[in-house]
Amino acid sequence: MILEASNVDTFYGTSHILQEISLSVGEGEVVALLGRNGVGKTTTLRSIMGLSPPKRGSIRLRGKEIAGIPPYEVARLGVGYVPDDLRIFPDLTAEENLEIARRLSGRDGYWNRERVYELFPKLSDLASAKGINLSGGEKKMLGIGRALMANPSLILLDEPSEGLAPLVVANLVDVLGRIHGQGVTILLADQNLKFCRKVCGRGYILEKGAVRFGGGMEEIWGNEEVIRKYLVV
Amino acid sequence: MQSYVHVILAGLSNGMFIWLVASGLTLIFGVLGVLNFAHGSFYMLGAYGSFTVLKYLGAGFWTGLLLGPLAVCAAGFVVERFFLRHVYRIALPYQLLLTFAFVLIFDNLVKIVWGGGALSPPSLSFLGGSIPILGRNFPVYNLFIIAVGPAVALLLWALLEKTWYGRIIRASSSDREMAASLGVRVPALFTGVFVFGTWLGALGGGLAVPYVGLLTPGMGEAIIIEAFIVAVIGGLGSLKGAFVGALVIGVMSAFGTRFFPSFDMFLTFILMGGVLLWRPQGLFGAAR
Ligand SMILES: Nc1ncnc2c1ncn2[C@@H]1O[C@H](COP(=O)(O)OP(=O)(O)OP(=O)(O)O)[C@@H](O)[C@H]1O
Ligand SMILES: [Mg+2]
Repeated sequence: MILEASNVDTFYGTSHILQEISLSVGEGEVVALLGRNGVGKTTTLRSIMGLSPPKRGSIRLRGKEIAGIPPYEVARLGVGYVPDDLRIFPDLTAEENLEIARRLSGRDGYWNRERVYELFPKLSDLASAKGINLSGGEKKMLGIGRALMANPSLILLDEPSEGLAPLVVANLVDVLGRIHGQGVTILLADQNLKFCRKVCGRGYILEKGAVRFGGGMEEIWGNEEVIRKYLVV
Repeated sequence: MQSYVHVILAGLSNGMFIWLVASGLTLIFGVLGVLNFAHGSFYMLGAYGSFTVLKYLGAGFWTGLLLGPLAVCAAGFVVERFFLRHVYRIALPYQLLLTFAFVLIFDNLVKIVWGGGALSPPSLSFLGGSIPILGRNFPVYNLFIIAVGPAVALLLWALLEKTWYGRIIRASSSDREMAASLGVRVPALFTGVFVFGTWLGALGGGLAVPYVGLLTPGMGEAIIIEAFIVAVIGGLGSLKGAFVGALVIGVMSAFGTRFFPSFDMFLTFILMGGVLLWRPQGLFGAAR
């Protein structure tokens, strides 16, 4: 297992958000976190990244305990994070956003500027555009590209399909397939079951900060009761 | 004509001291989000530090300017690392209260170490004297100060815009969580920026030693108020704004002192009020 979380409890102030979350992600897997708005998907990713450290429980990365260590150490251990709002640095150019990630990681690997531009040809035209001037879709490409530049072994991807037109979602499925093809493990949070079925092998369904169901994507897809209870609005 | 030129020159050299203090204040606010009231104390400590090196170690001007402010950096390190760091997440009034406590602590520290009376620094041999400008003498040292201000501005610009550290600082100041998620050791970076800002204030103090004539334990307070006004007029967090604001305030108050001596600071406050009514975010501040 590359990632193993067990009985993770996370609080925002006094509100108890994550309630004994346990999940695991194997080397080379693409795993989905599913669930309606506000169930704790983002908080789970933030807890792993160290941005919202858990109060109790354990998170192990390749066996090493990372619960509660600061985000910069989690990053250096090979975890990449693409937040739902992408958080592109507004006064750096697209290329500087990419380069800063590579240089900070101190790692070289398959992913570099050329490979990222190959994956997202549009980004190479935008290389010298400031982050603040990019569109939502362009920021999404840059956010994913920036995470890749660090050559992480695990990427945490929050709401990748959110706000994208169907055609663009189809392209994203292809892109994630290519990233996965290079051996990158992905844990993604998304509400779009159809999309997750195309890119993920397994999934966990969250409700009220707890894992309610876990299984293969086809198993989830075929389970009408679970879908009705936890997923459709 | 001749007297106007001299008033402007005097205003510019005054403005450059305000700029040196305002630059550190602004850098720290822009990156860490903390309004450091104790920044004027670093100016004062820089002056006393340089004075001590000059007077008791018998060193030259440059050595004093190098060692004095460098020693003050240690104070900046302690303030950030052990105190300020814990209040970043707390509301602004508490931060101000804590930094104000340091104003009192440092003032008293100076009284204990150097005594409460005014100290007069040894006179400068080098950079001393005056040269005639349009038929009237102007101190060489003040011209030197007028040159140092833009040099520091240029240094800051190059550091922030052209270096790797500058890029990390800009990224972290706009989004510290994302920077941390990419591997920036944000707390250490913030300590570094704070200490550098401290150095800028202390450098202003070191440079002030031959300029102000007398060193007093409260000398940081007058300048921090002016630096605050300049930072607000320029737009909090904007270095460009602080530089322009310092020039404007420096020159304006020189004219005020010359032509309406009893309204000196009054004019400055009027200007601040006017700018804030017209542009609440300051001249170069981002609109919120
Ligand atoms: N900073 C915060 N302070 C307090 N409560 C928060 C904070 N952030 C999130 N929450 C609460 O935590 C719960 C889980 O939020 P989270 O963002 O993890 O959900 P999510 O599954 O990602 O939802 P969405 O699909 O809308 O992105 C929600 O009830 C939310 O209101
Ligand atoms: Mg979310």
